[in-house]
Amino acid sequence: MSKERKIKVLVCKPGLDGHDRGAKVLARTLRDAGMEVIYTGIHQTPEDIVNTVIQEDPDAVMLSILSGSHNALCPVIMDKLKEHNIDDVLVAVGGIIPDEDKPLLEKHGLKGFYGPGTELKTIVEFVKNNLKR
Amino acid sequence: MTESKEKEVEKESRIKRRKKFTNLSDIEIKEIYTENDIENFNYAQDLGSPGHYPFTRGAYPTMYRGQLWTMRQFSGFGSAEQTNNRYKFLLNHGQTGLSVAFSLHTIYGIEADNERALGEIGKEGVSIDTLKDMEILFDGIDLSKISTSMTINAPASILLAMYIVVGEKQGHTPDQLRGTIQNDILKEYIAQKSWIFPPEPSMRLIVDTIEYCTKYVPQWYTISISGYHIREAGSTAVQELAFTLADGFGYVEAAMERDLNVDDFAPRLSFFFNSHNNFFEEICKYRAARRIWAKRLKNKYGAKKPESMRLRFHTQTAGVSLTAQEPENNIVRVTLQALAAVLGGTQSLHTNSFDEALCLPTENAVKIALRTQQVIAHESGVTDTVDPLAGSYYVEWLTNKMEEEAEKYFERIEELGGVIPAIKANFFQKEIANASYKYQKEIENQERTIVAVNQFQLREPCTTPLLKIDEEVAKQQIERLNKIKAERNNDKVKETLEKLKGAAKGTENLIPYIMDAVREYASVGEIIDALKEVFGTYHEDSVF
Repeated sequence: MSKERKIKVLVCKPGLDGHDRGAKVLARTLRDAGMEVIYTGIHQTPEDIVNTVIQEDPDAVMLSILSGSHNALCPVIMDKLKEHNIDDVLVAVGGIIPDEDKPLLEKHGLKGFYGPGTELKTIVEFVKNNLKR
Repeated sequence: MTESKEKEVEKESRIKRRKKFTNLSDIEIKEIYTENDIENFNYAQDLGSPGHYPFTRGAYPTMYRGQLWTMRQFSGFGSAEQTNNRYKFLLNHGQTGLSVAFSLHTIYGIEADNERALGEIGKEGVSIDTLKDMEILFDGIDLSKISTSMTINAPASILLAMYIVVGEKQGHTPDQLRGTIQNDILKEYIAQKSWIFPPEPSMRLIVDTIEYCTKYVPQWYTISISGYHIREAGSTAVQELAFTLADGFGYVEAAMERDLNVDDFAPRLSFFFNSHNNFFEEICKYRAARRIWAKRLKNKYGAKKPESMRLRFHTQTAGVSLTAQEPENNIVRVTLQALAAVLGGTQSLHTNSFDEALCLPTENAVKIALRTQQVIAHESGVTDTVDPLAGSYYVEWLTNKMEEEAEKYFERIEELGGVIPAIKANFFQKEIANASYKYQKEIENQERTIVAVNQFQLREPCTTPLLKIDEEVAKQQIERLNKIKAERNNDKVKETLEKLKGAAKGTENLIPYIMDAVREYASVGEIIDALKEVFGTYHEDSVF
């Protein structure tokens, strides 16, 4: 990507979970790190998220899920992205994601899992270093 | 030692670890407090005896000497059968009250088979669609013998109706039932975000429950006015105190607008606070809350009964303070937080389980959390005397300071036109987002220490056993819902829902209509959908 363009990130809250503290803190941190950040707000269905990705064309999508619904929601989001031939967007997930769930999510193309206690700069670095375009 | 040497030693001993000491509300803490810090201190006016106006020292005269707080562990997961088993486990281990956590689809009034419920069934609480699920949830538990707290907000009136009907089926009249519905929609717009309808019709439903319970379910607490979620969303202690009490004033004013007498309903309002890491700050927050509430109810709302002025509260230790790193350390954090709640005079308490930064708590972790309360209650001696910290220069100064800071927020909220206009202007949401960002930055910059997270890290792999929710729960819940829908009298369901909609368009109290629909096994989702047709839904513009 050209050097002038800012990294564009979509921060999303899929599902019914309303715990948006982490998503908001992350959104602000990425913005302060010089990225262009769009926060979807809460209660996003997989379809809502994919539609926003199509409209906004972000470089990275950061999902935040604390309700335990990640195994059900993440694969659906990834499948829908594939249906629209979107394969150059980095998709990471934060929240309460047990280690044993990670292989399944990785199989669906997610990369980057961030739980409680993660330092924000770790996530900023991760986004900078793992973009697919 | 020479005089100059002595001075040098004293100077050295005064070298501080930090430039500035502040609590979690960013209030600067001095090295020492003396009588000069509470110059105009007046015992009768500022504290009063425990159980007497302004209730600073406690809600009741004898406090824990008379009766210990209710040990009430919030619990619910998976199916109604699984949660019923957990309740029996807790009651058998000496728990004295139930506290129901509902599944997110129930909280939003969405049926289990709705696509928006994908992956959510039973994950954060017990899945309830119809009265049938509630009958199973309380099977074998005598509702006239326990008190039950239900953490439910937008659909609170529906779950209360279901509880009353389950009670009826067990042979108990509504006036025998004891418990609480959270029913606090204002903090949903402010912090937890499980709203459905816009603020105005939501407030109507709440006043409907107040009016109904005052007449027919007099032992019920109609709202648990909650700071817990405001704090978890990232507020400071002062913001938690101020925003929660401001919400409380909002409910009092809404009920008074319907010409309800403040002394008829105010004694059945209760509060729910967080207990976070800064020990004295939390204790002083509770003491200040009691005093502010008492003064307002008496001076502004004209309450006459002491019960109306007496703030009672439930406490839960801070979920957000739990760490995924070395989770066993959380047992110690929870112990200190619980002790603060007890020294602050809580009426009931939930202690978090040490594994909750990782999953819903396992049975072993829940047991340790309950044991923590029992050790404080029966072994520590802190329950032997009422409000043992009263008169401490620091505690009284900080209690005053918390009150002052809260009053500043009340003024700002009033300038914005009250709680609902302030919500619509994103005032609370911005204040909380700023506070949580600042807190996180302080941790990242090592200005605040979290043991084993930003200092003293070992980075050992986590070996805590996790509770998994079986995906079968969702399948079974959908099957049960379909079965009920096939077996019930669907004409009757339709009729009761139509009547409810008709009433919603007018100004009648909706609770009897909701009870009629519940009795016919209408689902939470169907009742909410009927009301949505009349009330519409709320939309938030998110700020970060």
